[in-house]
Amino acid sequence: MAEEFEPNILGILCNWCTYAGADLAGTSRTQYPPNVRVIRIMCTGRLDPAFVLKALSVGADGVLVSGCHVGDCHYLAGNFKSRRRVALLRKLIEEYGYDRERLRMTFISASEGAIWAEVVQDMVNTIKKLGPNPLKQVGAAGAAGQVGVVADDEF
Amino acid sequence: MDEEKRIGVFICHCGTNIAGVIDVKELAEYAKTLPNVAHAQDYTYMCSTPGQAMIRDSIKEHNLNGTVVAACSPRLHEPTFRKATEEGGVNSFLFSMANIREQDTWVHMEEPEKAMEKAKDVVRMEVARASMLEPLTPKTVPVEKAALVIGAGIAGIQASLELADAGIKTYLVEKEPSIGGNMSRLDKTFPTLDCSQCILTPKMVDVERNPNIELMTYSEVEDVSGYIGNFDVTIRQKSRYVYEDKCNGCGKCQEVCPVSRPNEFDLGLMPRKAAYVPFPQAVPLKFTIDMDSCIKCDLCKGEEACGDLEAIDFDKPDELTTVKVGSIIVATGFDMYDVERKEEWGYKVFDNVVTGIEMERLISASGPTGGNIIRPSDGQKPKSVGFVLCAGSRDQDEEDGAKPYCSRVCCMYSLKHAHQLIEKIPGCVPYLFYMDIRSFGKAYEEFYYRIQNEGGKFIRGRVARITEDPITKNLTVTAEDTLLGTPVEMEVDLVVLANAVVPAESTQKVKTLLTLSNSPDGWLLEAHPKLNPMSTTTDGVFLAGMCQGPRDIPDVVAHAAAAAAAASIPIHKGSVTLEPIYAIVDQEHCGGCATCIGVCPYGATELNEVDSKLVASVNEAKCKGCGTCGSACPSGAIKMQHFTNEQIMSEIEAFAQGW
Repeated sequence: MAEEFEPNILGILCNWCTYAGADLAGTSRTQYPPNVRVIRIMCTGRLDPAFVLKALSVGADGVLVSGCHVGDCHYLAGNFKSRRRVALLRKLIEEYGYDRERLRMTFISASEGAIWAEVVQDMVNTIKKLGPNPLKQVGAAGAAGQVGVVADDEF
Repeated sequence: MDEEKRIGVFICHCGTNIAGVIDVKELAEYAKTLPNVAHAQDYTYMCSTPGQAMIRDSIKEHNLNGTVVAACSPRLHEPTFRKATEEGGVNSFLFSMANIREQDTWVHMEEPEKAMEKAKDVVRMEVARASMLEPLTPKTVPVEKAALVIGAGIAGIQASLELADAGIKTYLVEKEPSIGGNMSRLDKTFPTLDCSQCILTPKMVDVERNPNIELMTYSEVEDVSGYIGNFDVTIRQKSRYVYEDKCNGCGKCQEVCPVSRPNEFDLGLMPRKAAYVPFPQAVPLKFTIDMDSCIKCDLCKGEEACGDLEAIDFDKPDELTTVKVGSIIVATGFDMYDVERKEEWGYKVFDNVVTGIEMERLISASGPTGGNIIRPSDGQKPKSVGFVLCAGSRDQDEEDGAKPYCSRVCCMYSLKHAHQLIEKIPGCVPYLFYMDIRSFGKAYEEFYYRIQNEGGKFIRGRVARITEDPITKNLTVTAEDTLLGTPVEMEVDLVVLANAVVPAESTQKVKTLLTLSNSPDGWLLEAHPKLNPMSTTTDGVFLAGMCQGPRDIPDVVAHAAAAAAAASIPIHKGSVTLEPIYAIVDQEHCGGCATCIGVCPYGATELNEVDSKLVASVNEAKCKGCGTCGSACPSGAIKMQHFTNEQIMSEIEAFAQGW
């Protein structure tokens, strides 16, 4: 590849902890790689497994889910549920031929801006090693966006 | 979609914060090319009055039915732009915010081209989301005309008195047998040298007498449910094994009690009985039996003691009380840093090394020595005293649990101790080993000059080591005088460690119960460090005093009064508007599997029979909008308003248009 591969990573962050932590990284002007696009949800408990499958099916190179520390969930236990879902999803995406490292869940509090920056850096490094989403690698015609592993009508 | 979507996109320069990194004009031009975008423009400060007017006017001019503002974090200005949208005549929930400052230009300053790419992606994703948003109507609910204050140190006392004076029924919960907190341990207060007890006890008595305050001492908050305006709080009143209504505080039980224990109030410097009040001015003046040390000899119940009063009952159980309140103030205060972890200073190894708060008790007329300042090893008056400032503060040593922040009170109380030593012991010389003297408050710097003139000696340098002469028990303090650039070794009779203040251990439980967060230093996190230091991210929960960060008494009192004012706003208003972000069930699609019942942390989902079919429903008042049920529902029957599957999926699809 002539140009270095720059991963497109989807971040799904809870409003109270990691989104606030990512804001803090901004306020502190902590620089990190610009590869993550963030969707804000109130709680990682809102994470529908379909979101992750959809993102991978449309060609995201990685999905980073991040919520409050275990025990610190703004909604008591949403992050527990999400953690279980992500654990299962990591197995599931392997069945579809994705490396499980393409999906990751972390727990970053509102005060851990620096850790958010580290996690993004680490995720980018991991995905760079794994290369682009396999769908993009196969569908050289650029039709990756249309190749769906999950039927669209399911949503 | 019923009507054609016409979205307006407003790009904020935020001065140079955004415009200095990316080309905002180009971003606006890009926005115009996006589907459903009817109008796009940029402006220096969207949050300013003209910026907001621009949103309102554009809505009318371009007949918009949705808005996207690309600016700072929605956590900062979402309310501002929602309001502007509403004022323009569009439902405020048809607005979405693209965070291109905190999560873009501020973190990718060195890669402006990539920041630009990201800004385009983020705007595209938010436009896609805005295209799917649905109008929502906030709900208004009545507010309970009562407040809860947790912790009865000076912060909690001040906040309770303010609330009560404003006519609000206030429940003041304190875990110790008496109110007063750490301030009641102090002797004099800096820089005015008025006696701590003399200014505090009248307030304590006011609390007890105020008809609007229901004081619950020796009690802890056990559970909190509900939301702003309508909190249900369960409080455990631990058993004192004494009926408060019968006890008249005569103290005869204490006189006959044969058990002796170190008194926690005096940091163990003085003994107390198993039947005790922590200090003579305690409020309420009701005795408590410490059942862990009680030997059940029954002497306290005898003729000589409690006798006919029959106030003592060893079988008296804890009581659980539930109260309903509209707002909650947390005032859980601080603990002292465990300076024993700094082995180089020999606290608890050398007799004559004491902490600042122990020094307060040694100086206090009601303390273990009756106000005579003596060295613990031999009871002699010290002629030279070394003060180690920043003992655990402004220290990066994480291994010892030391704190990087300034504790803000130690410089001043050490100066005060120095003054008291000079005043009480003729010829006594205090040596203060300091990094910087931080005398920042009103009349504080003047106090510092005063101590210099009175003969206080100041050595600028951190204390590296303290050693003890095993015979004389004198201490040698080793430091570097950084102004002279030479090592210093000094023999003194007594050393006072001005140890750091740390978040109170009891705060942790309260933090979990109220789903609060903390800052990196462990203190409770405020809604905004500058503009809203008394509010939290949990609506209806406020912070007073040290639990939010180190501060001295005047600042604590001001903070507590501010918290009381903030807490009384919803109560006086009488109603609060709740975000309509709650889940709703499409009962036609619901299969009645009850999955949502199991995952809801608030018991907001319930199963009912409708038309002879079991279906789920969501109690809007109990639902807090986390959306966990929505993602667990196998039939896709639960819709999490404002975060629907369609809305999030549209964002993911827009994300995928980036390559």
